[in-house]
Amino acid sequence: MRSGVIRRARAGIAALVLAGLVVAPWVVDDYTTAILARTLALALVGVSVALLTGVAGMPTLGQTAPYAAGAYACAVVGSRISDVGVVQLVVAAGAGALLAAITVPLVVHARGVIVLMITLAIGELVVIVLGRWRSVTGGTDGLAGIPAVRPFWGLPALANDQARYLYALVVVATLIGAVLLLLRTRAGLVLRAGRDDETRLRASGHRVPLHLSGAHIAAGAIAGAAGSLLVVAQQYISPADFGFDTSALLLLGVVIGGTASVGGALVGAALVIAARDWLFGVLPGHAPLVLGALFVATVYLLPTGVNQARGRLRPAQAPAPQPAAAEQATVAEVRR
Amino acid sequence: MIAVAAGTNRIDPYLIPALDGVAYGLLVFVAASGLVFCFGVANILNLAHGLLYAIGGYTAAALLDGGWVSLALALGVGVLAAAAAGVLLAGLLTPIATGNHLSQALLTFGVALAGGSLLVAGFGPDDPQVQVPAALEGSVVVAGHRYAAYRLVFIVVAAVLAAALYLVVRRTRAGMLVRAAVDDPEMVACLGVSPAWIRAGVLAAAGALAGAAGVLGAPIIGPGTDTADTVLLLSLVVVVLGGLGSMAGTLLAALAIGEIQTLGVALMPSAAPFLLFAAMAAVLAVRARGLAGRWSAA
Repeated sequence: MRSGVIRRARAGIAALVLAGLVVAPWVVDDYTTAILARTLALALVGVSVALLTGVAGMPTLGQTAPYAAGAYACAVVGSRISDVGVVQLVVAAGAGALLAAITVPLVVHARGVIVLMITLAIGELVVIVLGRWRSVTGGTDGLAGIPAVRPFWGLPALANDQARYLYALVVVATLIGAVLLLLRTRAGLVLRAGRDDETRLRASGHRVPLHLSGAHIAAGAIAGAAGSLLVVAQQYISPADFGFDTSALLLLGVVIGGTASVGGALVGAALVIAARDWLFGVLPGHAPLVLGALFVATVYLLPTGVNQARGRLRPAQAPAPQPAAAEQATVAEVRR
Repeated sequence: MIAVAAGTNRIDPYLIPALDGVAYGLLVFVAASGLVFCFGVANILNLAHGLLYAIGGYTAAALLDGGWVSLALALGVGVLAAAAAGVLLAGLLTPIATGNHLSQALLTFGVALAGGSLLVAGFGPDDPQVQVPAALEGSVVVAGHRYAAYRLVFIVVAAVLAAALYLVVRRTRAGMLVRAAVDDPEMVACLGVSPAWIRAGVLAAAGALAGAAGVLGAPIIGPGTDTADTVLLLSLVVVVLGGLGSMAGTLLAALAIGEIQTLGVALMPSAAPFLLFAAMAAVLAVRARGLAGRWSAA
């Protein structure tokens, strides 16, 4: 009964936020609209981080790698082959999934903080490759002058910031809807169960590495699709867009929002990214200092938010946090 | 005879990059061993480790003036400053010591971000020049090639440092505690050694090692805005490749990375960006389960 009320309240808030996002470009100026579009792309990467960190229990600092792969694939396709958004989106998601698939052997056997370490190394190495592979990526100068996207064959090209923002909003809303539906299926349940008690899930005959690989590739595809939205929003990309600080910011956002919930991750990632962009505007040169202090303060002030990030990081004997009690039941549900 | 001569000729051009690789590898080893201790003993993923190296590097740039005294001074100040930064970090970590790695990673990253920004504010955004002692500025002849004297001396000093590190970890009581803490932290706590003190001690030692590497290695990986990132990345790859608790594994991984970064670039310039990636993937693909098993047990 009560959970029904909460669910309805949540749905109401989500609808309000969505409505606000739809009318936003007519309320704010073009510059803010462009920033909002970029924030949407990053929030979608945040969803892929939440999927891995909170749902599958693989804390990651390297989702900028498939994000970058998707963005560069989209930029190359966009400037040389096709300006159709659907094509670019599929290519970008494919590139993200491909990179994630290549790195699967590196991450699925590791657990906890080792995953953080390996994914961080992968993300950094991808940025190095982007900076040096000049013939394809344009090196540290990046790729500029990418033509405006047309969403579908026969439709006009998106000529202004508002149109590009709305395109990004439609794509992000659709993909998040798909992720939410997917998480309700058995696959989502198995992932959560593996996070909570891997030994029991293995004992009941589930192949955990297979599920984790699937989640890793799916998260890579989502991050890749987000990369194509960044290209649409900026029409310019460089390795600087995919630095380690972006990964850390996304993880912080996801942790603030509560890693186990996709909605929370979205809000958290959007908040943190918006705070960063705003800080860089008002405090030129000193933003990293304030941002670093923000990280430290968040860790101290939001222990509950951080503690929700369970992903096999806590020692097994530590008490479970209260809100997660319902999710502890997932192992039993899967077995039934 | 002719064949032998031709053989040496083919190897000859790569001698200098190979020697550079040893210097680079030993530097990475000294820097990375701090991260290995930190992670293995105190169970902390210290994302501010690169910052500790950068502190040493900037100290070298600020104090070195071409004399031996300034080198000794820079080494002392750099080691102390980086060790103090390590202790500060341990203090910051105390309230969340029982928490998870995720919050520790975020906290140390925040410190790295803020500290890096302070270093840039203090020393300026341009990469500073480092002046080595005048006596070491020239070059010596190695097997018919001219080679920077400083690097040759660095190789010797770093090798001595590595050997000393090995002996300390293997033979002293502190080293035994460190190794015991990797295998069974609770048992070490039972011995009456406070985990908080172990954490502070390990972070101070890690800082001292990184600071020493930063001062001595400044002519090889110099101080600059992306130094901290580079050193952190190289150290992480060493930890991933070398496994935990094994000094020999760490040394081997560091030397391999040094050779990849110098000899690899000389041999295959076009493939250079991918070599580090490929090496990590290859090792993990072959040994993933073994390494992961070792790690999760620690």
